[in-house]
Amino acid sequence: MADKLVTNARDLTNSEYFYGHRACAGCGGSLALRLAMKVLGPRTFVAIPANCMSAVSFLHPQISFSTNSMISPFAATGAVLSGIEAGARALGMKDYHVVGFAGDGGTADIGIQALSGAIDRGDRIIYVCYDNEAYMNTGIQKSGLTPYGSSTTTSPAGRNLPGATRMKKNMFEIVAAHDIAYAATASIGYPEDYLRKISKAAQCASTSYIHVLAPCSTGWGFPIEKTVEMGKEAVDCGLWYLAEFENGEFRLNRKPREFSSLEDYLKKQARFRHLTDKDMDVIKGNRDRKWKKIQDQWTV
Amino acid sequence: MDRPKVVKYTPPECVEDYPLGAFQAGHLVQKNAGWRVFRPVIDHDKCIGCLRCFLVCPDGVIDKSGEKLEIDYDFCKGCGVCAYECKVNAIRMVKEGEEADE
Repeated sequence: MADKLVTNARDLTNSEYFYGHRACAGCGGSLALRLAMKVLGPRTFVAIPANCMSAVSFLHPQISFSTNSMISPFAATGAVLSGIEAGARALGMKDYHVVGFAGDGGTADIGIQALSGAIDRGDRIIYVCYDNEAYMNTGIQKSGLTPYGSSTTTSPAGRNLPGATRMKKNMFEIVAAHDIAYAATASIGYPEDYLRKISKAAQCASTSYIHVLAPCSTGWGFPIEKTVEMGKEAVDCGLWYLAEFENGEFRLNRKPREFSSLEDYLKKQARFRHLTDKDMDVIKGNRDRKWKKIQDQWTV
Repeated sequence: MDRPKVVKYTPPECVEDYPLGAFQAGHLVQKNAGWRVFRPVIDHDKCIGCLRCFLVCPDGVIDKSGEKLEIDYDFCKGCGVCAYECKVNAIRMVKEGEEADE
């Protein structure tokens, strides 16, 4: 299918394979799925565990995927993908992709062992984690990828708590620690970079993992038209990064010359509006530590 | 315009009519336009065809198959990402029920 890498809108097919879904207006997750499906094409098997995207696209009789798709058990995305791949191989199928779209909770918390097993087996599957930084589908509960200071229904900000008290799990590095063939982080704020990474994963002969930041206007609390902008600002202010892991090496894809304002990015979102200067310092400290490690240990 | 279309659907009358196992992929029975407050309108004189709106639309309703970009208003939710991202301000958000002047 994709022999050369897809890197811009002009290379992208006009056909839609994820259409007519009931996601909120301006949903970042649905944009991540839509673009990935356009790169992967019509011969793609999709498995989705419980998350917003399965809730909005399998509303019988309204089915949004025009390719084969199914809902997997919450914890079993990786295992179901392996099963689909084994089935397709046994049938002697050629020229197909097997992709899973799990949310941040479905990847970093509930689905992590099935993902780990799938990477260990080295099956030719693509695992996409669309990260909106909380369990949005069930009403915004904290997940392992919810950042420090984020107010959710299970980490409410108030006198005793600044919101979530832990930083995001290093999911990208956890996956890379398996010595996976290809892993990458992306953001829908940089869609061209994301397209390139999906098409790279499509060409990978073994397991590949893409972690894409997908802002959620409902859960984060920002105006719906700014979804893509928020995804871009997260990268520009240094709270998210665009990187790849290949042949055992980490490589940073985008190095901001200087970070844009962290306060600006955080204060635009209702989930961070309560943050004090002290909380800002904690977030800034964590960001700077992370970037020092990136500068020292990765190819930048 | 080349976008999936809504098909006519007869609801099952009894439980045996429901599908068992797999169901048809890409089966749309309802439009999504009902919740739109503002609709995007493209000014084709200003549009430079950079396809940014086509790229960033979460619902994929902007079609590039024709000479000019077209919007599938059956499935546009009016989020306004296209208008916000347009670098040449060629997309305006017009309130539903009001005329797009010019």
